Amino acid sequence: MGGWAIAVHGGAGVDPNLPTQRQEEAKQLLTRCLNLGISALRSSLSAIDVVELVVRELESDPLFNSGRGSALTEKGTVEMEASIMDGPKRRCGAVSGLTTVKNPVSLARLVMDKSPHSYLAFSGAEEFARQQGVEMVDNEYFVTEENLGMLKLAKEANAIVFDYRIPALGLETCSAGAGAAIDNGLQMNGLPISIYAPETVGCVVVDSQGRCAAATSTGGLMNKMTGRIGDSPLIGSGTYACNLCGVSCTGEGEAIIRGTLARDVAAVMEYKGLGLQEAVDYVVRERLDEGKAGMIAVSNNGEVAYGFNTTGMFRGCATDDGFMEVGIWE
Amino acid sequence: MVSKKKKVPNPHSGGSQKKKKVPNPHRRVVGVGVGVGVAVAEWSWDIPLTLPPGRREPRVAALHHCLQIGVEALKAKLPPLDVVELVVRELENNPHFNAGKGSVLTSNGTVEMEACIMDGNTKNCGAVSGLSTVVNAISLARLVMEKTPHIYLGFDGAEAFAREQGVETVDPSHFITPENVERLQQAKEVNRVQIDYTQPIQKEILAETHTANGDSQIGTVGCVAVDSHGNLATATSTGGLVNKMVGRIGDTPVIGAGTYANSLCAVSATGKGEAIIKATVARDVAALMEYKGLSLKEAAAYVIDECVPKGNAGLVAVSAKGDVIMQFNTSGMFRACATEDGYSEVGIWPSSMQN
Repeated sequence: MGGWAIAVHGGAGVDPNLPTQRQEEAKQLLTRCLNLGISALRSSLSAIDVVELVVRELESDPLFNSGRGSALTEKGTVEMEASIMDGPKRRCGAVSGLTTVKNPVSLARLVMDKSPHSYLAFSGAEEFARQQGVEMVDNEYFVTEENLGMLKLAKEANAIVFDYRIPALGLETCSAGAGAAIDNGLQMNGLPISIYAPETVGCVVVDSQGRCAAATSTGGLMNKMTGRIGDSPLIGSGTYACNLCGVSCTGEGEAIIRGTLARDVAAVMEYKGLGLQEAVDYVVRERLDEGKAGMIAVSNNGEVAYGFNTTGMFRGCATDDGFMEVGIWE
Repeated sequence: MVSKKKKVPNPHSGGSQKKKKVPNPHRRVVGVGVGVGVAVAEWSWDIPLTLPPGRREPRVAALHHCLQIGVEALKAKLPPLDVVELVVRELENNPHFNAGKGSVLTSNGTVEMEACIMDGNTKNCGAVSGLSTVVNAISLARLVMEKTPHIYLGFDGAEAFAREQGVETVDPSHFITPENVERLQQAKEVNRVQIDYTQPIQKEILAETHTANGDSQIGTVGCVAVDSHGNLATATSTGGLVNKMVGRIGDTPVIGAGTYANSLCAVSATGKGEAIIKATVARDVAALMEYKGLSLKEAAAYVIDECVPKGNAGLVAVSAKGDVIMQFNTSGMFRACATEDGYSEVGIWPSSMQN
């Protein structure tokens, strides 16, 4: 049996011109979340508790696209989604279309633990949240100034957009910002990378007893249609955990769904006998078009791995033997 | 720590020797004639052998009818994607199945339908959930696939999209049948405790209960098709679970769980949604073929026998080679299939029990 391992991510697909200060803030947040997870693991919390705890922290911080700081729908509202999965019995819970639940990942956990179902959405999920007495806030709580600026830009570009940072910097000179974005030539989903950074958050953990778990949470796409569901709440796509491993993905939701990415990492381990890093590399290479997504993963023997074919992925990982890494670029 | 290794059937154990009921491979290779493999199924939690003819016959007749529509469409060289949509629309319109008109009811007595469609070669897909007024959920899923940048729309947003696209919508009461009002009543009596959240939940009991007539949980409809060029498609549609919580999403619209197609096979699964989601049933049939080299038959048998608890699931699937399989571990599955060489089968219980 290996020791524990943990990985976190804050999205795949990062603008190479992202201001250094923003990069530093992202790294600090990832480090803080890793440390939170590490202390929890040292206090013998189970993997499923640790992934929930860490993703709650990521949701509560406005930096990434989940919980507070979520991307906005075309109507300027926030619709969040999340899922969580516990490897040993493959129990899972998922939520979509949340507008007032402060921590979507915890509601996903409650769907798993306290409902007869695996997945609740929209008003039914909100109703369940009230019954369970989780913390609720007004929708405005989730909406940040930066994102309002981004939505405006996205609408001007008549496009679906993820990001909020680069154009937010160019708010006074919108068109100049968009121009610079297009100049750097990198695209995702047919859009300049600088206005397309998913920043979905996720955490995977294996505890010292070899139990794996995964959780993913997101506000989705900037300027998305109301009602749009992405990969994050879909078991097997954005999130998956079993006896062998735990996986959380991020990137273009539609590509992740078509590739059933999270399940496929586990499936090539189970059916093809690959190791964790091999499995991650295989799935990124074979199941994804270039520039689409990334993922973090842990295995039951304490390994941690990540892979992405985007320009950059916000991620951090740590293992029992003292290894720790936080990075953005390759 | 080493996880328990599951036994996977050896792909080399005579797989190529197996007698196939389904189409003559030689005709296919030279491209003469039309390659047809279509299966439709309507699933039930528990179909007792004593199921009265009055409950059985309309469904069997509908399966024959839908199968015929699919066969004719394939003969007319419609692409499989069109075929599965066409057949599932027909099943949705039939009140004897739990999809479209005839959908089962939520705990509030409302209808919330969901559906999913996927094209094998492109892996393009579309899904919808939480529909209450759209006559044919499967066609809205197709429109999500073709007319939006997204894959999956749910609830109010999906309804708004339906109106934008001008698909046929009706008053929600159109979908509600007296039988389903009664089923909900019965389910509520049995499940009184389980839907009380102040009590500890006995998970999965809800899904397991069934009433005296034995068909209170009649399920999802699905169709898979392959043409003579090996193009594959799948479609699944459902009203969900009797007495489900409002907002509950099952396996049907979840790509890889209830519905999946790639260039090897197309799968439509049905059963206890929560079990199918965690076992990623549809994707796993394809993954076993892709990663383990199993045949369609072996892959379907492995998933149904090893990955899902008994009594929980069934599926219909076709492979690019024109094989068709209908596998289930429930007491029965309303199902039908036909292949190019004239073979066709319509059944309810395991074939060993039917003769």
